[in-house]
Amino acid sequence: MTETTTAPTAAEKHTALHEEHAALGASFTDFGGWQMPLKYGSELAEHRAVREAAGLFDLSHMGEIWATGPDAGALLDYALVGKLSAIPVGKAKYSLICATDGGIIDDLIVYRVSEDDFLVVPNAGNAPTVAAELEARLAAFEAARGAAAVTLRDASAETSLVAVQGPNAEAIVLAVVHPDDAAAVVGLKYYAAVELEAAGIPVLLARTGYTGEDGFELFVPNGRAAELWKALAAAGEGHGLIPCGLASRDSLRLEAGMPLYGNELSRERTPFAAGLGGVVALKSKEGDFVGRAALQAAKDDGEGATSGQRLVGLRGLGRRAARSHYPVLKDGVKVGEVTSGQPSPTLGYPVALAYIDVEHSAPGTRLDADLRGKAEPFEVVALPFYQRQK
Amino acid sequence: MSKVQTGLRYSEEHEWLDTAAAPAKVGVSQVAADALGDVVYLDLPEVGSEVTAGATCGEIESTKSVSDLYSPVTGTIVEVNQDAIDNPALVNEDPYGAGWLFAVEVSEEGPLLSAEEYASKNGGEL
Repeated sequence: MTETTTAPTAAEKHTALHEEHAALGASFTDFGGWQMPLKYGSELAEHRAVREAAGLFDLSHMGEIWATGPDAGALLDYALVGKLSAIPVGKAKYSLICATDGGIIDDLIVYRVSEDDFLVVPNAGNAPTVAAELEARLAAFEAARGAAAVTLRDASAETSLVAVQGPNAEAIVLAVVHPDDAAAVVGLKYYAAVELEAAGIPVLLARTGYTGEDGFELFVPNGRAAELWKALAAAGEGHGLIPCGLASRDSLRLEAGMPLYGNELSRERTPFAAGLGGVVALKSKEGDFVGRAALQAAKDDGEGATSGQRLVGLRGLGRRAARSHYPVLKDGVKVGEVTSGQPSPTLGYPVALAYIDVEHSAPGTRLDADLRGKAEPFEVVALPFYQRQK
Repeated sequence: MSKVQTGLRYSEEHEWLDTAAAPAKVGVSQVAADALGDVVYLDLPEVGSEVTAGATCGEIESTKSVSDLYSPVTGTIVEVNQDAIDNPALVNEDPYGAGWLFAVEVSEEGPLLSAEEYASKNGGEL
């Protein structure tokens, strides 16, 4: 038997929680230049815990870049594809940073923490690129409009991020906040964030996640990350909380139909092909933004709708899973390629995301995945594969 | 640390061979099972088919990957473990016992390591 995946290598960067993971017996994997917990025991058990109870994740590899000042919103409107200046204080927005040709550099979440403070959270492996792009775009922005009242600060190296995800997440967070803040936690809407103390530690508490469940993400300075992690783990006892690694994070996000940069999203794809055209504010933004002309052209061409390829969900009709890069065939002819795929632990059948030629992308279309030379039947289905009962 | 069962012999590709059983039984080591992650599907050779030492004879699919299964011996398959096919988690839970994969009438063995050799090479625990 041989492993077809790459063996974990010694990544150079450790999070502030590395020793916690090692003490919990985690197996590690290299992700975006970081050594991250892949799983602590069974990744299926971790997946189920998040669907049925709660899971605790270390996401400290994610980037944190602050844009601060009266012109921060205007800068982000220019640098990203969305209208970030329209985010109300205390709310967040999913957005993309695109190249001038419309290709996706990264997907990210932008939180408006106060009137003049925006927190941009890119993916781990892209964080240095995004930080550099924002600086370059600030220079271009100032060249076009004159000096801007905004400063950028990359706080990735000093900020940890811990997530509690699952139906019991709210009860666990309530157990570590001051009773006076309980109403703020309960009332916190999806894609909203509030600054408060958790276990006596100042955090930015956001109701966001990447699992398809209710849950929270807590931004905390590195120096207090282990204390917060332990407090949440202790509060989770009796609520079924277990630590969860990146293996279950990947299977959870896949069931929820959420894209992963490097798999579904890349410089070779535009937001329209990725089904994220709604994130691009071509109408509501009056000024120019990086990628605007190319994105307008892609939209006018009907990319992802009437031309090119689009990202779709595939449901396996057999037992075998299709994996990233497997070809997808229609009557033996290649019509696309799988970007992510595995057996769905919750649904009990294989699921996959794939870019498919638009003429074969309608739900109900029967396709085959080429599983190392064997054709396995799949069907195009609407996303997400899994949606929690609210 | 992953357990390496004494009394068995092992291939470089992480299969174990138990020739104390009659017919001989084959499975995968716990080192391999732990590296694979949760096993969700087994594609095993058919009863009556011929397998060749060092050649692929099936696939093991886990949540994260598909891996080839190599036969440690040349011979004829006489039985496959239907319980493991029905419940692939047995490969993780009990790789040296209930998670065995197939039984084979051995005509020739491939190169094999002792448990001690395999453990020292792969970081397992006897």
